Amino acid sequence: MELLMAILAGLLFSTGVYMLLQKQILRIIIGTALLSHGAHLLIITMGKLNRGGPPILSEGVTKYVDPLPQALILTSIVISFGVTSFLLVLAYRAYQKNGTDNMEKLRGNNHE
Amino acid sequence: MSNLAILPILLPLLTGIMLVFINKQKTLVKVITGIMVFVNLAVVSWIGSVVFQEGPLVLEAGDWPAPFGIVIVADQLAMVLVITTNLIAVASAFYAFRSLDEQRERYYFYALFQLLIAGVSGAFLTGDLFNLFVFFEVLLMASYGLIVLGGTKEQLRESLKYILINLFSSILFVTTVAFLYSVVGTVNMAQLAERVADVEQQGILTTIAILLFLVFATKGALFPLYFWLPRSYSAPPTVISALFGALLTKVGVYSILRVFSLIFIYKLEFTHQFFIYMAGFTILFGVIGALSTNNVKLIVAYNIIPAVGFMMAGIGVFSATALAGTIYYLVHDMIIKAALFFLVGTMAAISGTYDLRKMGGLIKHHPLLGWMFFIAALALAGLPPFSGFIGKFLLLKGAVEEDHYGIVAVGLIGSLLILLSIIKIFLNGFWGEARLAPEQEKASENGRLFPVALLLIFTIALGLGAEFFYPGIQGIADSLVDPSIYIDAVIKE
Repeated sequence: MELLMAILAGLLFSTGVYMLLQKQILRIIIGTALLSHGAHLLIITMGKLNRGGPPILSEGVTKYVDPLPQALILTSIVISFGVTSFLLVLAYRAYQKNGTDNMEKLRGNNHE
Repeated sequence: MSNLAILPILLPLLTGIMLVFINKQKTLVKVITGIMVFVNLAVVSWIGSVVFQEGPLVLEAGDWPAPFGIVIVADQLAMVLVITTNLIAVASAFYAFRSLDEQRERYYFYALFQLLIAGVSGAFLTGDLFNLFVFFEVLLMASYGLIVLGGTKEQLRESLKYILINLFSSILFVTTVAFLYSVVGTVNMAQLAERVADVEQQGILTTIAILLFLVFATKGALFPLYFWLPRSYSAPPTVISALFGALLTKVGVYSILRVFSLIFIYKLEFTHQFFIYMAGFTILFGVIGALSTNNVKLIVAYNIIPAVGFMMAGIGVFSATALAGTIYYLVHDMIIKAALFFLVGTMAAISGTYDLRKMGGLIKHHPLLGWMFFIAALALAGLPPFSGFIGKFLLLKGAVEEDHYGIVAVGLIGSLLILLSIIKIFLNGFWGEARLAPEQEKASENGRLFPVALLLIFTIALGLGAEFFYPGIQGIADSLVDPSIYIDAVIKE
């Protein structure tokens, strides 16, 4: 099971990196979203995918899944959610102000 | 008593939250910011003196014992850096009062500024790797807000790149923490150190170490990963550039110093040797960048890179002398980079341009600014009476003792070129034919020199008062070489 998840995370990483290297800003942002999905999937996989009850104390359950990676992921999800929403608004503003969403055209040496 | 350790994070955080609510009353916001930066500085200095007398303060959040809960560890190294951070915060706040336009002040500059300080202090003080990631995000989110504040074309363009590279390295950080957790089963730094020592850092751990190093190297702008820094740091207004240049990259350096003096220290011949090569290239390429441009702010921004290289060289050599040099240089560099950004910002405000070719003869009407810049330039290059000298001297002495002659040569040549790049601003900007328009000749510095003077006093004090500061710094370096001191302080059996 871990192997399967590792391959899936790898696929997400490679797609994410491919999207990061595109020219359109929106594709790049989709790339970052894919990358963070890959990272979160990797955290849950790295905590070992043992079978067990959900980490809520209840009677009759002796074996639980590891609660720590779940807490780490929850933290990481909200952080990347915040950053992504900021990035989307920034991309919108940059498109309005610079008149292009092409990263190739967003360079320049006209400093001040 | 150990609750003191949280105050450097809590005070700016609460101030920042409060400033969001009273944002409309501009005078009140400035008064509160002005008071709180001084209160902060006083509080952290007091905590610092407690730490230096009685040893590290360890706060276990929520009374959970060390490896299970989050720990805040205020040891001597962290406190030295937190005090320097707050010193820079004082200077930046007063520079902002004098230089920032009303529009930017109205859109939560001071709140974001306080949150940035909270994030930086948190990153210095935390004793938990995932918590370090969270504090990185706190300071990065605040810096994202600050770098776009005002929304000019150039800022929007450069901040996109800045945010993308930082987002990528943050994702890599989370991934690395996941790998590390799967191998050793903990994210507490002290316990990580114990467990890595138990298995004597096998191959997989060295791989993870290098991954972690790449994350921090991106944040700290080391040789192949510095390409994002110069332009994005020179896009926002001066006071924001100064905050970034003084604080953000240094958090990356501190993280490398902490992780590679505490956790991954069993394959020195590979990891630390690798650092020395990286450091050499960082010094050379950074300085070449600084020599390549005529934009004054860009020259200072490029000068951040070789400074990071020097610190990396010290970490690579990894002897008590070299580490003392690194810490001394770290403190010196935080102060001097902020001062230099303020000075070139003032130059640009007076002459109305960042282009060195359009400046000239500033010294005739602005002598104080000129001589302050001269002192800052000499301190940056590391001339004896100032603070840059002692750090560099210890660093290179440590490198000679450990027979790393290559890095010594690169360091000395690098210093010479740094002097050349910075004195170019002095020669072209302050000497030469006067090019100021009559109204610019009479333009006042508008009180912007007071914060710079504060910082320069500290560089001179660090240089002349080395006898006073050195024993403490040497003590920190000695404790860095022996990680069991840190581990025993955190994990009490």
